[in-house]
Amino acid sequence: MALLEIRNVTRRFGDFTAVDGVSLAIEAGEFFTLLGPSGCGKTTLLRMIAGFDLPDGGRIELNGRDLAGAPPESRPVRTVFQSYALFPHMTVEGNVAFPLKMARTPAAEIPAKVDAALEDVRLNGFGRRYPHELSGGQKQRVAIARALVTHPTVLLLDEPLAALDAKLREDMQLELINLQKEVGITFVYVTHDQTEALTLSHRIAVMNTGKVEQLDEPSRIYGFPKTRFVADFIGHCNLLSGPVTANAGGEVTLDVAGLGPVRVATGSALAPGRPGTVALRPEKIRIDATASDGTHDNHCRGTVSDLLYMGDVTVYIVDTPGGKKIEALLANSTSGRTTFFEVGDPVEMSWPVAAGHFVEE
Amino acid sequence: MTTRVPERLGKWLVSGPPLLYLVVFFAIPTLIMVLASFRTPGEFGGLAPLVDEAGNLDLNVDSYVRFFTESVYAEVFVKSVGYALVTTLSCLAIAYPLAALIARSPKRWRDLLLLLVILPFWSNFLIRIYAWMIILGPQAALARGVNGVLASFGIAPVALLFSGFAVLVCLVYVHLPFMVLPLYANLEKHDAALLDAAQDLGANAWQRFWRITFPLSLPGVYAGAALVFIPALGIFAIPDILGGPSDSLIGNLIKQQFLETRDWPFGSVLSIVLTVAALLLAGVAAWIGRRSLGTPSSAGAARA
Repeated sequence: MALLEIRNVTRRFGDFTAVDGVSLAIEAGEFFTLLGPSGCGKTTLLRMIAGFDLPDGGRIELNGRDLAGAPPESRPVRTVFQSYALFPHMTVEGNVAFPLKMARTPAAEIPAKVDAALEDVRLNGFGRRYPHELSGGQKQRVAIARALVTHPTVLLLDEPLAALDAKLREDMQLELINLQKEVGITFVYVTHDQTEALTLSHRIAVMNTGKVEQLDEPSRIYGFPKTRFVADFIGHCNLLSGPVTANAGGEVTLDVAGLGPVRVATGSALAPGRPGTVALRPEKIRIDATASDGTHDNHCRGTVSDLLYMGDVTVYIVDTPGGKKIEALLANSTSGRTTFFEVGDPVEMSWPVAAGHFVEE
Repeated sequence: MTTRVPERLGKWLVSGPPLLYLVVFFAIPTLIMVLASFRTPGEFGGLAPLVDEAGNLDLNVDSYVRFFTESVYAEVFVKSVGYALVTTLSCLAIAYPLAALIARSPKRWRDLLLLLVILPFWSNFLIRIYAWMIILGPQAALARGVNGVLASFGIAPVALLFSGFAVLVCLVYVHLPFMVLPLYANLEKHDAALLDAAQDLGANAWQRFWRITFPLSLPGVYAGAALVFIPALGIFAIPDILGGPSDSLIGNLIKQQFLETRDWPFGSVLSIVLTVAALLLAGVAAWIGRRSLGTPSSAGAARA
């Protein structure tokens, strides 16, 4: 039995259905992420787990016990808020000791537990400071220490890194992974940042318009998106859509407008005539100056119309003669040059049938 | 440095008039009062000449000696502090829930509710006091009701008017808005996420109030307490109109010295003692507040 069971949970605000029949089973010790654009229902779902909001339908069970009647203060669940929500009139120690005092922990045991929690987030020595004397990253650590000090069953994190700058966010991601391993507490993490979700999670539930579009491991979410939405939302992706013209031998051929026939390996049994999409990651496309050697089954010509130099890689936007824009990505590590091609250069693109991922519509 | 001159001139134009006002109508009168407290009362009121016929400067501490040796003045003083304290605490007890209610009501209601709080200011101060005379009078429903209940228990009727009770009720009534407004201004700024966090961390409703809301509202409590306590300490109109003979407060005593007894030096002494006492009490309150809060800035940063 899973630790946290969300069974067919629905939440409506007037005419708007924020969470629409979501079912999830989150295992003990898991780093689980709810990923989706703003308004997809992920935060509403998190607030219902915390108890700040109640479902209109369905059940939320923790260790097999329905949480419906339990107010937030009596749930063994803690939240790390996006705004940190540190108590400004208390020191770091006071903040971390707060949940211990609420749980009537004997006063003699509190200092050791506070120190241990601050140690976990590498903030020893900061106990006497007030929140306004801390940096954003330090405040975030205090919020996490405060939520973990009572060893909750589940820790909920609501976009905890959103307010930090990019470099600090990366450091904190690593720390969160290590911290979660160390304490072994189930983390339920909410974010709209797909990179963050891929980096941190054991499993990801991609949400859109109140529903779970796909629930899978990060590599499967990235490599095998189930729906067009997931393919588009997670990372960059060329979405090549068109009617199926042939389906045989585990290979589907699509007629993509502006590109021509595109072949893709799939187990799909979609009949010819039905619409489908090939999700093709930019890094899967080979890009050459001359006609390809024919090892790849899909190829097309085009002209570089734009390029985005990102340091480690360069993204080329290639226009096909038929007017389709294809994104292709080339690592810069293989050459001392900054770019391989310039805007206006004619190029040849190719990719094997196994590179794309077929999504039925 | 030609550019500095207009800048300086601008500063003086802005800060000059209020400064001048304070010097003329506050600093100079205070100095006159301090000087008067060391002079001798005139034969027919006012002040005796500063330099007597023999050419000696006539300055003495007789009036101060009188205040500190005749216990009746200290008693009035202590009684005034007591009335002001009870008024402040009563205002706090009534204003806190009221301010919290307004701060948590929907935004479109707040302005209307605040308007209702300050509505009494639109009618004259004395008229409002006289209104209480009618409300508390022996023929009014309130007194008859109270005495009816008392009679059913076999207790002799009491007079509500011309009593310490009447004075306190009116003191609280008059000063209530001065407590509500700073409390509201403080509570309205509180971040709701803090209460969510406290609840999430296991705090029940009472703990959320006592450990989060109340400590964060202390700057508002102190501001309101100062705005109520200091004027309540010096008030004379309310005990004059609604109080009995034994409800004379320090403000009445001062008024009496200047207008009836015409002992200006002693009136000045009483005024100075009142001012110094108010300043001392405010200072002590601020000091306690700072200690109980840890740092003043952290409380001020109750999330704007």
